[in-house]
Amino acid sequence: MDEDTIIRVQVTRRAMLEAGTAAAAILVTGFAQTTQAASLPDAEGSLTQMAVTLQVNGHGHSLNLDPRTTLLDALREHLALTGSKKGCDHGQCGACTVLLEGRRINSCLTLAVLHDGHAITTIEGLADGAALHPLQAAFVEHDGFQCGYCTSGQICSAAGMLSESRAGMPSYVTADLAEAQPALTDVEIRERMSGNICRCGAYPNIVAAIRQTAGLPS
Amino acid sequence: MRAFTFERAGSIGQAAVSAAKPGAKVIAGGTNLLDLMKLQVETPSQLIDINRLPLDKIEDTQVGGLRIGALVRNSDLAADQRVRVRYGVLSRALLAGASPQLRNKATTGGNLLQRTRCSYFYDITIPCNKRSPGSGCSALGGFNRMHAILGASDQCIATNPSDMAVALRVLDAEIETVDAAGNTRAIPIADFHRLPGQTPQIETALRPGEIITAVVLPPPPPGVQLYRKVRDRASYAFALVSVAAVVETVGGRIRSARLAFGGLAPKPWRVPGAEEHLVGSAATASSFDAAATTVLTNAAGHGGNDFKIPLARRTLHAALTAVTRT
Repeated sequence: MDEDTIIRVQVTRRAMLEAGTAAAAILVTGFAQTTQAASLPDAEGSLTQMAVTLQVNGHGHSLNLDPRTTLLDALREHLALTGSKKGCDHGQCGACTVLLEGRRINSCLTLAVLHDGHAITTIEGLADGAALHPLQAAFVEHDGFQCGYCTSGQICSAAGMLSESRAGMPSYVTADLAEAQPALTDVEIRERMSGNICRCGAYPNIVAAIRQTAGLPS
Repeated sequence: MRAFTFERAGSIGQAAVSAAKPGAKVIAGGTNLLDLMKLQVETPSQLIDINRLPLDKIEDTQVGGLRIGALVRNSDLAADQRVRVRYGVLSRALLAGASPQLRNKATTGGNLLQRTRCSYFYDITIPCNKRSPGSGCSALGGFNRMHAILGASDQCIATNPSDMAVALRVLDAEIETVDAAGNTRAIPIADFHRLPGQTPQIETALRPGEIITAVVLPPPPPGVQLYRKVRDRASYAFALVSVAAVVETVGGRIRSARLAFGGLAPKPWRVPGAEEHLVGSAATASSFDAAATTVLTNAAGHGGNDFKIPLARRTLHAALTAVTRT
């Protein structure tokens, strides 16, 4: 496969994802309305879509959503931001990690309607134009992934983790809780990143990428 | 997930009135509630969002304790300098629970109300007295490795999964609430969680519509604080056994001792007799063993969790050894 083919494949894949998102939204809406109307003795109010404005990656998006819509589904299915991944959908894997007002959360375990007006940063919002975020560049340099499915969650989580560390937040392995600025050792990085599972087992390289981004000696 | 209506509470009073309606549930961090709603273990017809209420402060009390707002996130509570320095057992317990992402969302009030992680409770196709009263307990005679060895009943052997609550138990915290009529009360943590008995579906002393507004810590007790958690992996797993200990040792003798246990029972577990046994004793292995024997007098395994009895003994031994080392 030559380089042109690879690029064409990538473009086609993205176009397919975006087209697929629109098609999926129609299908989901139709299905949801049918089941709601059938299953609820009193459907008044339950079919009401709620207006929500999300500030995603610096841009305001006004959406009308079923209140059941998770933040992750709002990002993926309604805003076509498919960088945040759905792994377990139960807050156990971390693939859906995004930054909410700068703090990392599992976007699968919260509702979009809980976040009207809130600022959300996804993996798509980390780079500065064509320049990768330092964590993205470090993950590439250190091969911090194999299949890549957990990677956007790992990188968003690492961004949140480095902010927490700079703010002096302790972890379970911090020896002295009274210490205002616990040092970010490899043991600390591993504990602080334990909310992100990598089935390929790229952990040593993920730690190396984070260590480099944090300015720690390799 | 079943459909529900969504209401954003504008005041604590309004939230309590709305929460008293049948089928209504309060949502704060939502990390456990939404998980259960996706599986239709929880099927509220209305959600009351209290996240914008002013319950997110940690304040000093006049007597030298702390009042922690119900909406203070677990990560912020663990990182608060006053908690780190004066209530290290609470900071450690919080940091031992869940993942950083979950702790950034999970709240103080919500943590106290989280449900058991019994896998039968989570599977709506299988009998469970807690989820569906009268249907039977599948964990008795089932896969019960994570289940209770103390305080259980023939109806339910589920454990309370919280680490935070174990630390609050050892610190004698009180839970402040308000109800739809505006009445407030303070519930000692010892009385907050209920044992299953014949009604495992009733887990707390909260009445319908009653909302947690704060958790109050008395001044820190004297002594060294420690939270020791034993689990199946090094991080991000529920406790098999955990011990919260606050022990004061002078000249090799124990002057005061408080112990609370997680992973063993349907509520954070404390045995006053074991603490009394330690007071005045030399900080030695035989004293620790005697305390463990008192804690485990009524312990009963159910097959898969028999190992918790010797594990609890050894974990307590290790915790007391660490906390009396000066």
